[in-house]
Amino acid sequence: MKKPPNWLLTLFSIVIGLIAWYLLSAIPAVGTIITNPVKVFTTFQTEIMSGRLWINVWASLLRVVGGFSLGLIVAIPVAFLMAWYPMVRSIVDPWIQFFRTIPPIALIPLVIISQGVGESAKITVIFVATFLVMVITIFQGVRNVDPTLIRAARVLGAKDRDIFFEVIVPASFPFILVGVRLGLAAAWTTLVAAELTGANKGLGNMIMEASLYFRMDTVILGIIVIGVIGLAMDRFVLFLERRLTGWQELRQE
Amino acid sequence: MAGTEARVDGGNSIVTQSLNTKIAISGLTKIYKGRSGNTIALQNTDLSIQENEFVCVVGPSGCGKTTLLNIIGGLEEATSGSVQLDGVEVKGPGRERGVVFQQYALFPWKTVLENIEFGLKLRRISKKERKERAEHYLELVGLKDFAHAYPKELSGGMKQRVAIARAYAVEPEVLLMDEPFGALDAQTRAQLQEELLKTWMKEKKTCFFITHDVEEAVILAQRVVIMSARPGRITEIINVDIPYPRDQSTKLDERFIRIKNDIWSKVYREYLEVSK
Repeated sequence: MKKPPNWLLTLFSIVIGLIAWYLLSAIPAVGTIITNPVKVFTTFQTEIMSGRLWINVWASLLRVVGGFSLGLIVAIPVAFLMAWYPMVRSIVDPWIQFFRTIPPIALIPLVIISQGVGESAKITVIFVATFLVMVITIFQGVRNVDPTLIRAARVLGAKDRDIFFEVIVPASFPFILVGVRLGLAAAWTTLVAAELTGANKGLGNMIMEASLYFRMDTVILGIIVIGVIGLAMDRFVLFLERRLTGWQELRQE
Repeated sequence: MAGTEARVDGGNSIVTQSLNTKIAISGLTKIYKGRSGNTIALQNTDLSIQENEFVCVVGPSGCGKTTLLNIIGGLEEATSGSVQLDGVEVKGPGRERGVVFQQYALFPWKTVLENIEFGLKLRRISKKERKERAEHYLELVGLKDFAHAYPKELSGGMKQRVAIARAYAVEPEVLLMDEPFGALDAQTRAQLQEELLKTWMKEKKTCFFITHDVEEAVILAQRVVIMSARPGRITEIINVDIPYPRDQSTKLDERFIRIKNDIWSKVYREYLEVSK
């Protein structure tokens, strides 16, 4: 028998999921919490028409992009310096290792007290979360550059500067992209947590407010929108990865 | 027998060479300090290699072959002793010494042509000349059609051809090769041996070639250096008096077989020593 194409299986899986959701919502006890997909879709339409959904998505996206970009801009040089200079590593590493074990959400009260509930508080929390994830991934990548490649460059006449720009940077580029993917995921998780604690806009806030009024359709809508945007960002980075690091030797699927 | 004056003409007029010492190694010792004590990787090693000579080194793993190559290449520092190139002490890598590694060490983000051009680019050679020279060496190793391929699209044998072309492209006087064919299958290996010899006949270089494979050493070299482990040192140097050009049929030659067996029995003894 010929195997069905993969996209068909994916589509099939999604349809089954939607049907399961629908059936689940038909059970009275469950249905009060898990609103049925049709109702969620209607809510989706009204939220779009009123423009509220856009405002919330936009507010959340700005926070994610702001915090994440700051995290990336700081993580790249710190990671390279740590990998290149053992001294920098000895100084910075204990702090990173320590803060890494703390869920960024635990910092939220501290940040809110010092910076209030405005945009800068959210961006700070996201910055901390993304920076920690990315600096560790990129650092590992730089450290894992094949020493034979560095030696090969050296015998061809490369100086330290050439080795940095011609070997270290391109060789660790795939790890930077992995860091970006993990960073975006971290940004997104932290964002919602930050918004749940107090904000006047944003997807996390939308979920929080709706739950106060027991509007489960809006809650579910918020969850789905967060999932879809997160997935879209992840796919986008994957796409970039394939375009930019296609030279990588990967195991055959 | 270290330091024996070798007959480097290989008994053939095609390969006439001046008896200029290209590399002079004297009293070379390398000690690695480790937690479980010191390891003597190389002990008081002397060796001189003539200009355009092809020397192979065989010996069990851990006999310091790679250490010796790395020190000649300037990638490692000796604990004591010296390596001189044309009478000048070696300190760090230099453009007159090219290295081919066993693991190919091609830059995976560069195309084949860019890999070969890399050494020339570092030397600030113009784009046009870079390309011409890279293409010349690419043709020499028979990979003209793969100029724009990435290393991942190549087989092991092709990758090593590119690595050889890359080392050749910067036109070094000395080529240091660390088991370059070690990871290849027998057929590809035989093919690359012949190609390497052809390239060497066309563009003469001093070759210092490390291998596990005694047959490979005898087919390539004018002199085979046998090393032993613990501590790493040269135990014997054998002349291979077989004229070039050599090819696979040389392996049937009586002299070839005799020399091979002779070296093999000596190397085998070293292997037994190591496994004790």
